[in-house]
Amino acid sequence: MVKVIDLPDRELLYGHKACPGCAAGTIARLILKVTGERTFLAYPASCLSTVTSIYPQMAFAVPSFTAPFPATGAVLSGMAAAVKAKRMQDVTVLGMAGDGGTADIGLQALSGAVERGDKIFYVCYDNEAYMNTGVQRSSLTPFGATTTTSPAGKRGVKKNMFEILIAHRIPYCATASIAHTADFLAKVEKARNTDGPSFLHVLAPCPTGWGFPSDQTMAIGRLAVETGLWFLAEYEGGRVKMNLAPKNFKPVQEYLGLQKRFKHLGAAEWALIEGQRDREWADMRRKWGF
Amino acid sequence: MSNEAWEGRRAFISANDAVSYAVRLCRPEVIAAYPITPQTSVVEKLSEFIAGGGMDCQFINVESEHSAMAAVMGAAMMGCRTFTASSSQGLMYMCEMLHYVSGSRFPVVMMNANRTLAAPWNIYGDHRDSLAMRDAGWLQVYVENAQEALDTVLQAYRVAEDAAVRTPAMVCLDGFVLTHTYEIVNIPGQREVDAFLPPYAPGENVLDLANPRSLCISVAPEWQTEFRCQQQAAMEAAKGAIARADGDFAAAFGRRWGGMVEEYRCEDADYVLLGMGSVMGTTRLVVDKLRAEGLKAGLMKIRFFRPFPREEIAALGRRVKGIGVIDRDVSFGNAGALYTEAKAALYSAGGASPHTVNFIAGLSGRDITKEHIETMYRKVMNAAAGGAEREIQFAGLRWEEW
Amino acid sequence: MPKPAVSVFQYPRTATEMPCGPYAKAGVIVETNAGWRISRPVIAAARCVRCQQCWLICPDGAIDRTGESYAVDYNFCKGCGLCARECPAKAITMAKEDGQGE
Repeated sequence: MVKVIDLPDRELLYGHKACPGCAAGTIARLILKVTGERTFLAYPASCLSTVTSIYPQMAFAVPSFTAPFPATGAVLSGMAAAVKAKRMQDVTVLGMAGDGGTADIGLQALSGAVERGDKIFYVCYDNEAYMNTGVQRSSLTPFGATTTTSPAGKRGVKKNMFEILIAHRIPYCATASIAHTADFLAKVEKARNTDGPSFLHVLAPCPTGWGFPSDQTMAIGRLAVETGLWFLAEYEGGRVKMNLAPKNFKPVQEYLGLQKRFKHLGAAEWALIEGQRDREWADMRRKWGF
Repeated sequence: MSNEAWEGRRAFISANDAVSYAVRLCRPEVIAAYPITPQTSVVEKLSEFIAGGGMDCQFINVESEHSAMAAVMGAAMMGCRTFTASSSQGLMYMCEMLHYVSGSRFPVVMMNANRTLAAPWNIYGDHRDSLAMRDAGWLQVYVENAQEALDTVLQAYRVAEDAAVRTPAMVCLDGFVLTHTYEIVNIPGQREVDAFLPPYAPGENVLDLANPRSLCISVAPEWQTEFRCQQQAAMEAAKGAIARADGDFAAAFGRRWGGMVEEYRCEDADYVLLGMGSVMGTTRLVVDKLRAEGLKAGLMKIRFFRPFPREEIAALGRRVKGIGVIDRDVSFGNAGALYTEAKAALYSAGGASPHTVNFIAGLSGRDITKEHIETMYRKVMNAAAGGAEREIQFAGLRWEEW
Repeated sequence: MPKPAVSVFQYPRTATEMPCGPYAKAGVIVETNAGWRISRPVIAAARCVRCQQCWLICPDGAIDRTGESYAVDYNFCKGCGLCARECPAKAITMAKEDGQGE
């Protein structure tokens, strides 16, 4: 179990240019504190590459590189093969990609790497749209959210990456929230120690793209879980464990109402979203028995 | 590694097999590949070698060509010697990664089994696929037979990994006509190959725990031009490395392929055909026939399309009357790629330019017969004598007299 | 404060000094982010209970927990206010930025 006091003081991500209050900044920084200096890191063209790796300012202190947008899973496979070929011990091959780089353009390469069983740790920091290019809709944008390419609000629901990974019978995958830091750190450690592929899907509230003040990143993250619009679960040894199963959810408008991207929604849409949420949870309870 | 029965022997094998043996002898540490006709037997054989314990190599069964090149790039940036192979639609699907690998200066070596591009759908050979990738920043070499295929793979690693080059290399084999045709091939011994090709010594562009670096980083307009200029300089430096590899190879193995180009009976030639790949074998026979008739015919086999043999073609242009260029490709709206570039080289040669004719031939596996080639020579002679010839002609069209 | 510091980067002066391909030394910082701030977190040492929450969640890693009292690396704090908002002891307040660096 990770103890905060034991995390190293050395910052392996520092001086980056992410927006103030960026959850991805905290996510990447803390993951590297757990995986440590013996980490080989790949991230695709994304917020994370743009804010860390523009010549000559290099915010990552570990060996890292900017991968082509669709290729994170595949380059990680190549790196994992090299780790075997070079007989390296005690290293982490880590990928960190956004929602688009994971669930849209990167899905094929991720699926391939997981199916092969390559020893990689893949993190999706999910800010629910193409933020780096200016907030365009992705398949992980939630129902109703406005983006610059879904100005009337997205029709259709957020893709369920957790279940897609479970369908691969991956040794370990989990969902997490940066606002639930202890749960997040424990999952990072488990994922990192998995013998085979592991996948962590972290909700990353984005002040700029979601439209909330930069000091509310954690508050928004908590509300996502408390309203039941995000869930904390892990899949391990073929079984799903729900880490937090609230008896009662807060009304969804407590979460939606704080964000500009949902401002156009009213009582009718809130009810619709609550209905979707309740069906999802009923389905999860039935499938996973919690 | 055990001293295999095939080492240092003559074998009756396909050019794809020849490539597989060559790759095995080069000791890559990571191979990633996705199947596509007519590339498949190369990676099947390599898989067999690895499964049989004869090769200490990681083989990644990727789910696409894009991922094949991405995976070998991931391994290359960890300091591994790598290999992949593809063809046609697969090469197109790799396109993004080809640029990424060359811009990052990883000396990946790949084989391309030349095959046309859909549509119309067709699995047979022409050069449309690799020539569409001519600006991807890769060394490109086209071979004529199975022996040259094997030898060129060995040389490709030498050139690509040269410290002044550090540029990936694509060895191009005509689909089916080479890849699936059996010939007698001399397979070198492992010890000789090890002496010719030392273990890969990567540059500083590697992921290294002791000296952490960030690779493939973003570079603003203020510095992009300098990085691009460096790639161009590496291509020019490759010309010297290619000549050295050819010379060293000849010294070690007793075979020489000519480096950038190979000239055949060009010393006193008046009329020369330029071309790439297997068609040059047939062209040699026609040259001999025409020579027997007293006509001063010759051929120049373009081995490396990148870097392009500007100097060699310019020098040829200064001493001949007519040049025909066989292109197994056409850039719609202009001409064949080889023709376009050869003509540019001739223009820069200065002096009186020879007459030139472009023959678009051998598309999608269509045979280029001896008769076709002889007609090409006669058309070049006619043009050189002031006769009327269309500059760009499709050879052997069904409704035209050839 | 044990935080990465800004260094002077020597750009290549000639073609031969260029790196072979687009790579650079990792962990090199050539400029601060101090100018981004419109307000700055101020830690009241007397109220701080050293719970590490601010250190943990800071997107920029700009909190230092190693000293006698917690401190902020104002060269890299962007003034997002998360630390002040999340501090359980209410030991951090956001003050109007005076334009001064550390």
